[in-house]
Amino acid sequence: MSNLSRRKLIKGGIAAAAGVTGLGIAAHLAQKYGLVPPDHGGIWGLGETLTYASQRLLTRHSLAREFPKSKISKPPLANEMAPPSEAFKRLQAGGFADWRLTVDGMVAKPASFSLAQLKSYPSRSQITILACEEGWSYIAEWIGVPLSHVLDAAGILPQARYVVYYSIARGWWDSIDMADALHPQTFLAYGMNGDELPVGNGGPLRMRVPRQLGYKSVKFITHLTVADNLKKFGKGLGSVEPEGGYAWYAGI
Amino acid sequence: MARLGSVPVTLGARVPSSASAVPATKVTSRHSALVRITHWIITLCFLALLVSGMEIVISHPRFYWGETGNVMTTPLFQIPIPSSRALVRTGYAYVLPDQNGWSRYLHFQAAWIAVLTGLLYLIYGVFSGHFRRNLFPAGADLSWRALRSDIANHLRFKRPSPSEAWSYSVLQRLTYLIVIFVLFPLVIWTGLAMSLAFVSAFPATVTLLGGEQSARTLHFFVSIALVLFVLVHVVMVCAAGFKSRMRAMITGRAATQKERP
Repeated sequence: MSNLSRRKLIKGGIAAAAGVTGLGIAAHLAQKYGLVPPDHGGIWGLGETLTYASQRLLTRHSLAREFPKSKISKPPLANEMAPPSEAFKRLQAGGFADWRLTVDGMVAKPASFSLAQLKSYPSRSQITILACEEGWSYIAEWIGVPLSHVLDAAGILPQARYVVYYSIARGWWDSIDMADALHPQTFLAYGMNGDELPVGNGGPLRMRVPRQLGYKSVKFITHLTVADNLKKFGKGLGSVEPEGGYAWYAGI
Repeated sequence: MARLGSVPVTLGARVPSSASAVPATKVTSRHSALVRITHWIITLCFLALLVSGMEIVISHPRFYWGETGNVMTTPLFQIPIPSSRALVRTGYAYVLPDQNGWSRYLHFQAAWIAVLTGLLYLIYGVFSGHFRRNLFPAGADLSWRALRSDIANHLRFKRPSPSEAWSYSVLQRLTYLIVIFVLFPLVIWTGLAMSLAFVSAFPATVTLLGGEQSARTLHFFVSIALVLFVLVHVVMVCAAGFKSRMRAMITGRAATQKERP
């Protein structure tokens, strides 16, 4: 073996070892700082992890762009769906007076809130874009209570890392990390454009995550579970979306 | 001469290939290893981005200008194709199957690999002298006369002379520079400007473009410009000798004697 090729071999070996060690350290740090999305397995894991990690590092506290009232889309768009269930129709007939939001999981005081209770909390509004992954979008004023306020009322435990949320529509659930859950613009929305939130837009209660695509803003919310990891939920991919082939993180 | 860290890499035509017994004038390295590897990685990424991008467009083949746009607003234009969503009235009686899930996963994965590979290429291009030597046109070549004659040669599909086969003509240089330093940055920028999270941290990236729907429309047109470049690029490769040019970009070698069949 010539000197040159031996030197090449040693250098290559050191580079490879450094690379593997570096990747190992990076993976460990990424896990520790919550930069790995729950759907990181499989062939799309590389792209998903890079997107989620870089957007978490860059956008943890940034605010979604807000617009003046004049920019509200007219007429408002409702990507409507059929009433999700008989139970929903009965609640709708009663003017949603019996609608409940239950909060459980890693909270000090599991609780159940009526719409009236949620509306008694300080209400906030934001005029933001709802953009669908398909390509269309609209601007609306969303009125509601910040999710963080409800979580504070229930008292989240220190080990909490995700909030899982369920629609009354069977099998429709999703989750967000604490960066989004505690974000000041993440709402449980019950109003839109100065009025009640229409059923077509997810009324009476819709999760509103304005820094992510529309499919994270799940309609007809009845249940929140605070969790330290997402392995026990569904197939462990974080939401029903990755089970249907869509990314859990929808910041892009 | 080029150095990439301390790893010895055979770069440029001046370094004899490993087959040192063969005279350098006959078989030498036309494209450096790094240029060849990054070329093909980005080629694959581009195909993946194109296919997945077309699938994503099919879910809403309408384009708008400004911040928002949807089926209740007037589009700038609409592509006359069927859609994968019932929400869009296309005039077709059927709705295509939804392919957005894997398309979006693939689009961003390919974009990441392309961007990281592109960064590696940029660093190499600056430090190895690849940009200076191979891509930046010499001052004399930038005269209108020289440009005109080069354009005329291209329009007549005149084959390059053997010496020209070893370096890029001024038109090629300008085209590659526009693709590398204008179109690729633009397609990345317009893509990121559609990301709700990204623009929450960097709002100017979308307001400068006129809004998120404007960014989407511009992303579409820059992609078309890149597709046109690829088509012309492939036609030119065929015109100049498909086998030899492919060999040069795969193995790095180009036999000057066999350049012209």
